[in-house]
Amino acid sequence: MTAGQRGRVDAPVLLAITVAVTLFTVLPMLVSVTAGVTHNFSRGLASGLTTRWIEEVWALYGSTAWRSVLLALACVVVALLVGVPCAWALARSRTRAARLFEELLTLPVAVPGLASALALILAYGQLRGFRQSFAFILVGHVVFTLPFMVRTVSAAFARDDLQSLDEAARSLGASFLQRFLGVLVPAVAPSIVAGSLMVFTLSVGEFNLTWMLHTPLTRTLPVGLADSYASMRIEIGSAYTLVFFIVILPILWGMQALARWIENTHGSSPGPGR
Amino acid sequence: MEAPQALAAERTRVEIIDCAKTYPGGAQVLRPTTLTVEPGEVLALLGPSGCGKTTLLRVIAGLVDPDRGGRVAFNGEDVTARPIEQRAVGMVFQHYALFPQMTVEANIGYGLRVRGVAPQKIRQRVGEVIELVRLGGLEQRRPAQLSGGQRQRVALARAVAVQPRVLLLDEPLTALDAKLKEALRDELAQLLRDLHITAVHVTHDQNEALAIADRLAVMHAGCIVQVGPGEDLYRQPGHPFVAEFLGRVNRLRLDGRCSLALGGVALPCPAALAGHDTVLVRPEDVRVITAAVPPASDAHGAGWGRARVLQRTFLGDRVLLRLGVDGQADAIVSDQPRDCPAMSGDTVFIGIDPARLMPAALKDPA
Repeated sequence: MTAGQRGRVDAPVLLAITVAVTLFTVLPMLVSVTAGVTHNFSRGLASGLTTRWIEEVWALYGSTAWRSVLLALACVVVALLVGVPCAWALARSRTRAARLFEELLTLPVAVPGLASALALILAYGQLRGFRQSFAFILVGHVVFTLPFMVRTVSAAFARDDLQSLDEAARSLGASFLQRFLGVLVPAVAPSIVAGSLMVFTLSVGEFNLTWMLHTPLTRTLPVGLADSYASMRIEIGSAYTLVFFIVILPILWGMQALARWIENTHGSSPGPGR
Repeated sequence: MEAPQALAAERTRVEIIDCAKTYPGGAQVLRPTTLTVEPGEVLALLGPSGCGKTTLLRVIAGLVDPDRGGRVAFNGEDVTARPIEQRAVGMVFQHYALFPQMTVEANIGYGLRVRGVAPQKIRQRVGEVIELVRLGGLEQRRPAQLSGGQRQRVALARAVAVQPRVLLLDEPLTALDAKLKEALRDELAQLLRDLHITAVHVTHDQNEALAIADRLAVMHAGCIVQVGPGEDLYRQPGHPFVAEFLGRVNRLRLDGRCSLALGGVALPCPAALAGHDTVLVRPEDVRVITAAVPPASDAHGAGWGRARVLQRTFLGDRVLLRLGVDGQADAIVSDQPRDCPAMSGDTVFIGIDPARLMPAALKDPA
């Protein structure tokens, strides 16, 4: 829009490239979704459309969908309780130990999930009750998603105006807890929501770690998906993808709407002209 | 209970005794400083950036601990060991630091809420303060929905709502544009008078300091170089840095026998200036006469020299003339009334009352 005239000259080329790239990336999804509602994929759409596969997936794997959503929500809660205070501490501390800790925290993102999972199993595998519960997978997910929460929120806490807000609240006699919960956390609420959204998304789609950690009773949606791809007909696997979209997209849209709402009520900077 | 009295806090004498601040790297940003702010007085800490004025303010606030041996006392009571939460100071920050998610009312009432004051009392007090700073009708707005001037008033209201012992203002007008700044400056000065509160005001803007403060403490390189009422500091600076920082000055060269060569005449200088090779004079003390012939003499007995107008700058309410004068390497600036007829290229007569000359630092203090 701001490019004005120049935008018009560039447009045909840019438009062609954009459309081509979009089609290339969207096509597999469309094909997969189509496969999920086709009677027989090898004979194509001519074989007719059906919801049979979706119903079958729901009967076989429906429980994994809710389990995944609950797990992701639990992961968000833990990441908030652990990550937000941690982010504040890291944003305020200038010691070398704090920087080192920040690096360590990011490590599980780079290390393959399989390796983190193996380490968890080696360390805690003998604790039967823990090993077989959802808490075990939850720990894996928190290890993997926590850095995303901490990074996002700590960047917000490190802003200069947050330091002034803290000092202002202190000058008015507020204790640390009063300041933290009443002033600082609300002031970075948009970042906390952004971090939560990221944690939820990563947790819902997480496969590597979960595949290693799960038991038959603690299967999540992506693990079930892998199972269906491996052992069922292609139509069922595709229908499963469709179910994933149907369950996850409304939740993500809802969370994004919430994020926008919080951004609007909390997001404006307190300083003049900043 | 009459309203202004109810709003007035206890009047506090603030004593800063031997407070210095050295940072771990070894840089001493504040040299040992002793200063007393009288009860109900508004004192400005004035100086260029890096002079230590903000550090001194933060020492008073309790946000920075002074080096060992330094003490801060409020009404004789040593508060050095108390953190800011327990010092009962009100602070107005440069960018106001208003709580963005709270309404104006909630911002102003915050200090009372965290103290556990009863909601009804909070409402009453917040109402009083809102009336005082004329924010009526804006109670439910958020900071982002306010103008710069309104935010500044909310910040002030929030600081005084808890009836602090001392009010500390850290460059409270710097974030505003020039015109608004001038209006708010006078408003702030009036408000501080009405509050009868002891206040310390940090600024690098001399006009702001002169307009708001009862006394100025001019700071330079971590030291207070002079303290006193603005008019005294301006008229009789006790330190060359004060003369140059407060207002504008011309630098003039003296010859060896302590006289000032000024466009063909030699002005004898007061004995106090002996030994100096440079003196200072304010533009408004450089007199200019636009007659064809010089007056025979003038009030202070010195002659009139010749000068050429190099540049005439019309500023609306007055005119600045840049004058080229024989005997002086640098042009001399004279501040004249707006109807001054001298034009660029004109020859005029220039005179300076030797009593108005001030010593310059032997070495350039900047």
